[in-house]
Amino acid sequence: MNITLRVWRQKGRDDEGRMVTYKLTDVSEDMSFLEMLDVLNEKLTLENEDPVAFDHDCREGICGACGVVIDGEAHGPEVTTTCQLHMRSFNDGDTITVEPWRAKAFPVVKDLVVDRGAFDRIIQAGGFISAPTGTAPDAHANPIPKPDADRAFDAATCIGCGACVAACPNASSMLFTAAKVTHLGMLPQGQPERASRVVKMINQQDEEDFGGCTNIGECAAVCPKGIPLDTISQLNRDLLGSLSKGIG
Amino acid sequence: MDVRLNSNLEWQTVANSTLTKKRSTAYGSTVALKSAMAASGAILVLYLIAHMYGNLKVFSGQAAFDGYAHSLREIGYPLLPESGFLWIFRIVLLASILIHIYAAVTLWARARRARPADQRYQVKKRVVRSYSSYTMRWGGVLIALFVIFHILHLTVNVIAPGGRSDSPYERLVNGFQPEFWYVTLFYVLAVIALGFHLRHGVWSGLATLGVNQARRQPVLNSIATGIALIVTVGFLIPPVAVTFGLVS
Amino acid sequence: MSENDLYIEGAPLRDEKAPEGPISERWDKRRFSAKLVNPANRRKLSVIIVGTGLAGAAAAATMGEAGYNVISFCYQDSPRRAHSIAAQGGINAAKNYRNDGDSIHRLFYDTVKGGDFRSRESNVYRLAQTSVEIIDQCVAQGVPFAREYGGLLDNRSFGGVQVSRTFYARGQTGQQLLIGAYQAQERQIAAGTVQMNTRHEMLEVIVVDGKARGIIARDMVTGEIETHFADAVVLATGGYGNVFFLSTNAMGSNVTAAWRAHRKGAHFANPCYTQIHPTCIPVSGDYQSKLTLMSESLRNDGRIWVPKVGGDTRDPRQIPEDERDYYLERIYPSFGNLVPRDIASRAAKNVCDEGRGVGPGGLGVYLDFADAIARLGRDAVEAKYGNLFDMYQRITGENPYEVPMRIYPAVHYTMGGLWVDYDLQSTIPGLFVTGEANFSDHGANRLGASALMQGLADGYFVLPNTINDYLADGPFEKLDESHPEAVKAKEEVTSRIDKLLSINGSRTVDSFHKELGHIMWDYCGMERNEEGLRKAIELIRELRAEFWRDVKVLGTNEELNQALEKANRVADFLELGELMCIDALHRRESCGGHFRSESQTEDGEALRHDDEFAYVAAWEFGGVDSKPVLHKEALEYEYVEMKQRSYK
Repeated sequence: MNITLRVWRQKGRDDEGRMVTYKLTDVSEDMSFLEMLDVLNEKLTLENEDPVAFDHDCREGICGACGVVIDGEAHGPEVTTTCQLHMRSFNDGDTITVEPWRAKAFPVVKDLVVDRGAFDRIIQAGGFISAPTGTAPDAHANPIPKPDADRAFDAATCIGCGACVAACPNASSMLFTAAKVTHLGMLPQGQPERASRVVKMINQQDEEDFGGCTNIGECAAVCPKGIPLDTISQLNRDLLGSLSKGIG
Repeated sequence: MDVRLNSNLEWQTVANSTLTKKRSTAYGSTVALKSAMAASGAILVLYLIAHMYGNLKVFSGQAAFDGYAHSLREIGYPLLPESGFLWIFRIVLLASILIHIYAAVTLWARARRARPADQRYQVKKRVVRSYSSYTMRWGGVLIALFVIFHILHLTVNVIAPGGRSDSPYERLVNGFQPEFWYVTLFYVLAVIALGFHLRHGVWSGLATLGVNQARRQPVLNSIATGIALIVTVGFLIPPVAVTFGLVS
Repeated sequence: MSENDLYIEGAPLRDEKAPEGPISERWDKRRFSAKLVNPANRRKLSVIIVGTGLAGAAAAATMGEAGYNVISFCYQDSPRRAHSIAAQGGINAAKNYRNDGDSIHRLFYDTVKGGDFRSRESNVYRLAQTSVEIIDQCVAQGVPFAREYGGLLDNRSFGGVQVSRTFYARGQTGQQLLIGAYQAQERQIAAGTVQMNTRHEMLEVIVVDGKARGIIARDMVTGEIETHFADAVVLATGGYGNVFFLSTNAMGSNVTAAWRAHRKGAHFANPCYTQIHPTCIPVSGDYQSKLTLMSESLRNDGRIWVPKVGGDTRDPRQIPEDERDYYLERIYPSFGNLVPRDIASRAAKNVCDEGRGVGPGGLGVYLDFADAIARLGRDAVEAKYGNLFDMYQRITGENPYEVPMRIYPAVHYTMGGLWVDYDLQSTIPGLFVTGEANFSDHGANRLGASALMQGLADGYFVLPNTINDYLADGPFEKLDESHPEAVKAKEEVTSRIDKLLSINGSRTVDSFHKELGHIMWDYCGMERNEEGLRKAIELIRELRAEFWRDVKVLGTNEELNQALEKANRVADFLELGELMCIDALHRRESCGGHFRSESQTEDGEALRHDDEFAYVAAWEFGGVDSKPVLHKEALEYEYVEMKQRSYK
């Protein structure tokens, strides 16, 4: 198939960016979207043009490195990561617009590459259970009801790709933060720090200049791991609980 | 043991990926603001339902309607002075409105900061977003303007297209006569905007207050749609009835 | 000392740190004999840890918590993305929660046998001992392992064993374990004990007075070449499977850190031991950038087969039972579809070589769930493997609930790596190597669900209890950037980058990488022989020369330049590839993942030659365009009898 690409090109963090149009011929429908970009880059290199920078690593949908907005949708038309999107989702002759995640908290580093360090800092603020190595009781000391363990797991599958922020009209990272609050909050091990964790993570999220949640649901709709929207409600409940206990 | 420090230990002062040191408190967080918005919104929704109920008394005739309006002044009398309850009620309403607007404006500003105008997407597709969620902000402004007009029109009667009156019933009937179709039209538009506002607002408020769970989500959405429909229709009936001569 | 046309044989090598005595007491003994650093002094000591996968993040979190100053590096934009995250199936531990006869000794035995008697008994025993603590630690951190309705942990079976000792978190075990370690590390970053450098790639190690004292790293955003010093350096940089271009590794996985250390004096052990994983999605075209693994756990319920007669192009569902060859069940009745990976892979290759392969190019075999779906119901199969089935469908466009999956072996893991002693210290004092980057625990073949176990064992429990023996002699002399060794290392890095940018030839980096991959796969892949390996060495040398003459890398160093990053990595793969072939050539036996066609039993199984090759081949860098030097570390088996592996 033949396609036309409109790609955001931006040299560096402080440079102006613009959309540039490229034509690609003989694209196989079995290619992944990123393999299609590889082909573009091989072509650009041989034409002495700077290849398009984009983040990617595992290419099997789990590391969370890749992620671009394709025709206005985070990770494109399928609910999966960009690396697992295949060209069979497009048609011959399509024009495809490719943009980076857009949020103040995710500044563009180059072309389609953004800095998602804000997510790491939200985790640093409280997204953990303090369990120094070597202090653990036997793994069976604390049975966990299966529904709780399953819900914790569902929330824990977040890959930190940032699609939720990219898709949110407010550029809010609530789904990301809520996923971690829910993961750890569902487990007995997570209880001692539960009240302070949510407060610290929310404060950090605000300081990173993410927007607030208005419960629109675009985040969960594009989430490649299907993090449920109701984790946000669980976070809200936890936060209100903390505030009512005077933990703020 | 040599106690000199290695040069590489000086990094602690330059650590670039550690937490920002700005102090914020979760009482002013986006989530807290949103909760304040939800709580104040809940008061306003309850008020609207009561108000709608009162409006519908117009079909019981002038005496019943005016009597009802008067009775509102007598609630709590003689424990409270005449109109005492009404004033308390008005203060609570005003406070709710101010809190609602303050939170809305603040969150709006944060959302704009989170994705500044120069970082908007060139192509943006809506995935699951409801139309009503689009209308929240400008719809809210429209509703606020309408409320001011509405009070001037029917409460203090400064604006009186069809002539002033001490009877609330007559104010209503005078105000929506067919020749003042534009008043009716404005009222209808505002009530429809209110309906959209409630459709997303009720759902969002419930989610914000922590009520949402995956299996409840359809129920909450039905509740929101139900309240929005009832309030919209309930408020539309009296003025339209006047305009079409069903009440005179 | 002897010499041939490819390498020089040097003095034998010994692991000086491994304690003597009963095997179950050796780890205790070593922990007791190792010097300690008191908590107040740890603050004066610094450790560089390169890589943030299971081994790196676990070590950073643990050592940060202990009070050392840790400086951590990863090439990804966040430490959470290291490729450990992609491990699917599970992690082994000798908990014996199933009461099915498991024990530390059995895990030890299975691992030594699974590794085809080419690993160290002491190390493997320690690994089995530590496995138990790992599960406890991970649960305490909140890792959401799969549980049963009673609230206790679930287990499943993996290849090469007959007990259920694998703990898992659906098909995302690696992700969950890594996120646990990542969170522990982030906690230390917030506490100020770990300094994190993301988007930094280590390009050289700084060796001063024979000790590893720092690294040169490139800031991948600004291009700045930075010098970092510490009292010790830990490499937790993963494996080198990407030398094959197509592998299940992440696109960025590379050998550069390990290879630069090798060039500075760290021996590289058993480079030819690569694991070809039997269940991957077959290649679909030459644009393909990587191969995707389908977890080995699928072999618990899926049945592998090919048509009995070659050239059968019928829809697989139309092929009647008696015209199918469930070849693993036929050849290995006691282990069936759960034979170890090396055996399953080679069996797949054999049936495809016979012309009975299925799918495009005949490079595939069926992995069929029809029986499992009939027995357990579709819902149960979906609950167990749903995410893997979805992934398969997304990539191939076929529905595996209805049509059998097509799978083919792909490069997955490298058992070889930098040589380390029992303390995980390489032949450069102060340079420690953990996880897949070292060679130590898996011998010639790794069993499923053992990589996660080893990464976390090294990171959480082994390194933090051995590195102190070295650090107790520190802090070492304070260094600054003007030190001649630092200046030299930095110059090596900058001149290489300048060279890569100045060639401006006619071929892209990827084209070289792909060509190298083809050479490696064809001649140093699932089956190797002398003629092919000699040819491969010639081809690699030619390709390397061409690379340095004709590669095209655009842009500058002072920017995010992904082509330059790749070029740096491929340059090292081009050197490593040759050493792998030399190692494969010198080992004239078959063992585990290393199959020499000249050395097989009558029925085509790998034939070891224990009298000649029961040793670790540790290669010393001989200089550019000079022969490498082979040092042999003899392997002795006191607790497991060496015998021909049999899974029949």
